[in-house]
Amino acid sequence: MADTLLHIENVSKRFGGLLAVSGTSFAVSPQGITALIGPNGAGKTTLFAIISGFLRPDGGRVVYDGADLTGEAPHRRARRGIARTFQIVQPFAGLTVRENIAVGSHLAHVRRIDALAAAEEVAHSVGLGSMLDAAAGTLTVALRKRLELARALAIAPRLLLLDEVLAGLNPSEIRDMVPVIRGIASRGVTILMIEHVMQAVMSLAEHVLVLAEGRIIAQGMPHEVAADRQVVEAYLGQGAAKRMMVGLRHD
Amino acid sequence: MLSAVILIPAVLNGLMTGAVYALVALGLTLIYGVLHIINFAHGALLTAAMFAAFFAYTVLGLDPYVALFLLMPVFFVVGYALQRYVIGPAAHGDDRNFLLVTLGLAVVIENALLYAFRADTRTVNLPYAFKVIEIGNMFLAVPRVVAFVAVVAVAAALWLFLQWTATGKAVRAVAKEKLGAELCGIDVAHIYAVTFGLGTACVAVAACLLIPTYYVNPTAGDAFVLIAFTIVVLGGMGSVIGALSAGLFVGVVESLSTIALGESLGQIGIFVMFIVVLLVRPSGLFGERA
Amino acid sequence: MKSYAPIVVVVALLAVVPFIVTSNVVLNFLVMALLIALAGQGWNLLGGYGGQYSFGHAAFFGTGAYVTAILQVRYGINAWLGLFVGIAVGALVGAAIGALSFRWGLRGSYFSLVTLAFAEVLRIVASVAPITGAGVGILIKLDLRPEAFQFQSRAPFYWIAVGLVGLSLVLVRAIEHSRFGAYLAAVRENEAAATALGVDAFAIKLGAMTISAAITAAAGCFYAQYFLFLDAAIAYGPWLSIDALLAPIVGGAGTLFGPLLGALVVKVLGEATKLFTGDAPGLDLVVYGVLLVGVVGLAPRGIAGFVATMTPKRLRLLWPSSLRHG
Repeated sequence: MADTLLHIENVSKRFGGLLAVSGTSFAVSPQGITALIGPNGAGKTTLFAIISGFLRPDGGRVVYDGADLTGEAPHRRARRGIARTFQIVQPFAGLTVRENIAVGSHLAHVRRIDALAAAEEVAHSVGLGSMLDAAAGTLTVALRKRLELARALAIAPRLLLLDEVLAGLNPSEIRDMVPVIRGIASRGVTILMIEHVMQAVMSLAEHVLVLAEGRIIAQGMPHEVAADRQVVEAYLGQGAAKRMMVGLRHD
Repeated sequence: MLSAVILIPAVLNGLMTGAVYALVALGLTLIYGVLHIINFAHGALLTAAMFAAFFAYTVLGLDPYVALFLLMPVFFVVGYALQRYVIGPAAHGDDRNFLLVTLGLAVVIENALLYAFRADTRTVNLPYAFKVIEIGNMFLAVPRVVAFVAVVAVAAALWLFLQWTATGKAVRAVAKEKLGAELCGIDVAHIYAVTFGLGTACVAVAACLLIPTYYVNPTAGDAFVLIAFTIVVLGGMGSVIGALSAGLFVGVVESLSTIALGESLGQIGIFVMFIVVLLVRPSGLFGERA
Repeated sequence: MKSYAPIVVVVALLAVVPFIVTSNVVLNFLVMALLIALAGQGWNLLGGYGGQYSFGHAAFFGTGAYVTAILQVRYGINAWLGLFVGIAVGALVGAAIGALSFRWGLRGSYFSLVTLAFAEVLRIVASVAPITGAGVGILIKLDLRPEAFQFQSRAPFYWIAVGLVGLSLVLVRAIEHSRFGAYLAAVRENEAAATALGVDAFAIKLGAMTISAAITAAAGCFYAQYFLFLDAAIAYGPWLSIDALLAPIVGGAGTLFGPLLGALVVKVLGEATKLFTGDAPGLDLVVYGVLLVGVVGLAPRGIAGFVATMTPKRLRLLWPSSLRHG
């Protein structure tokens, strides 16, 4: 039990005729950064929704820290220490950055003053210290992503689910964000991240899970997974691995 | 009391009343399906149309079934103008604002009617209002039969319009995917206004069909509105077939429960059904998710 | 503590009025405005701060009014006790409607529709039920003693109204500075995001609805004592549902003083309309309808919002953050 923080057991989810996730199982160990990658439509965000409680699986269990969470409401899971960011950022547009983060801090702090102070600390830790009084609705995409991250951090999670937190960022913004994520992990938070930005995956993740058509097709260390033939085919199409090998031979 | 002699006419009457309810609901569901807003002014517009039909008869001597052809285009234009120049601009595209603006409009229309015409109830006396048609050993009131036929005709015409005309297709396009429709060059504000106009025209037709047998006063439309809302929610917001089927269903239920429970309690039945439907299945029997 | 200072100032200013103005007409006008401000503050908590637009707040107003009236007339219970029971029952009704609506996930238009339907059901029931006097209504016996919550002159009524409004202001301000208030704002802005941060959205909305109902019920109880007559159209009629939402929207939804400001403006407009057009029914509501459309279209943040945008940047920190920008 100490080895696994999160255990996905045979989880499946169907939307009408589409089987988004089919009998998927994997485990996430505490600490460190695990990346969940795969081509579009593979079911990654669906899995996140199931883990964080926004969707009920049709089958299987979500076991967190030894407890079966299946069916538990999202706000209860947050209180257990599971935080998530959303693929399409969801700021509290009418509130300031400080007030946004404070909503998260309030989980541990009842008094407004304490929550606001804690929010400031979190903001500084992700580099939002100068924007505390800005209205969330006026932030750029990159800053909104950071706010999303800060809010999730404010609930002091043990497991942080990052859903494409680097999407839509330009290379320099990505370069700024990567050390922030690494910093969070170094403070003991377990991170499970969905990501398409491969450079970030390679440099951040210690463990990679590859999801395609609703099931895990490969897992392991980043370089192992990158060389895996099935992974290449999932992204580039059938026969691509072979073609790549042929191409290499001619070089 | 449960004999066929009483039940069958009650059901038939219910179907005919239900047809008119369905027509009112049709306008509402059309507006919801395309603009994705609940038009709180629908009842007030019905009341206004009823007053218009009333005065068309008493002042211009137009039989309601004739006035229908005049009021339909007039109210289409009124609805178009309201959406294009008042509701649309005031709401700034926010759902909550649409609610408030249409509510405000309802208040304005109803109270303007109240101020202009006082609260007196008026009725129209038509020679054929009490004529009946004999089928077997049942007697069906002529105005109700005419109403049923008219509603079917209007529904069919509407369906044809949506299926075959360019504007109709544009309406369906905007209902499905507003941004995409816009990118294809469709003028969404215009289509919204057309839809609102159609919904209002439906209400005008319903008013003309109701006048022979119903009374007119500034709150007459209210009674129909909650029923129309119930029907729209029951049949599914945005579903034309849903509005029609649910309309007929509600008409029959009302007819039967009035026999069982009497007038005033029958009214509560509608509201309670409404609340239950909203709570249990807001997406209705045919509609998209709430 | 300093954030409560404006409330103290406003209440003090209001309390002084009867010493300066003795005209019953003016005092009566102000009492009505305060009544609407109170009912509107209730709506404001749920609608302005919570983002759930109720179109049937008359349900709570009427319940408060009828409960206190029925307790006095049919059971001989003291009017002051009636006030507390009326508020409690009103809160209960709010909790019931809220529990039903929110448990089934009703939001936006659907929520507005269902609140409208509930208010209508109550109105119909009250118009036929014997206990509420059916079509005839309820008349509270004249008993001009303070112990019976009735007074010879208008001034004591006025001060009680000021007191109730003041209490509602303190309550809402306290909520603004509390975790509940922060969670309520979060649910209003983005319920899914709030849930992901550990907020129990159902509990928050239910809490807001209950408190909102209690405040509006208090207004209803006061109405019963002031006018001594109720019937279904007065207690549960749409006039109050409209006034209770119009005042905060005009004054600034989601702001502390919005309902008070808006109530004054709305009442002034109403009286002005009556002055120019005589007592023909309907025209004042027409004006209200136009006002609603106009405010939503042209000044969606209401008066408070408009004034906030006119405030020079440096002073903007006085305003809640939602009004500070743009």
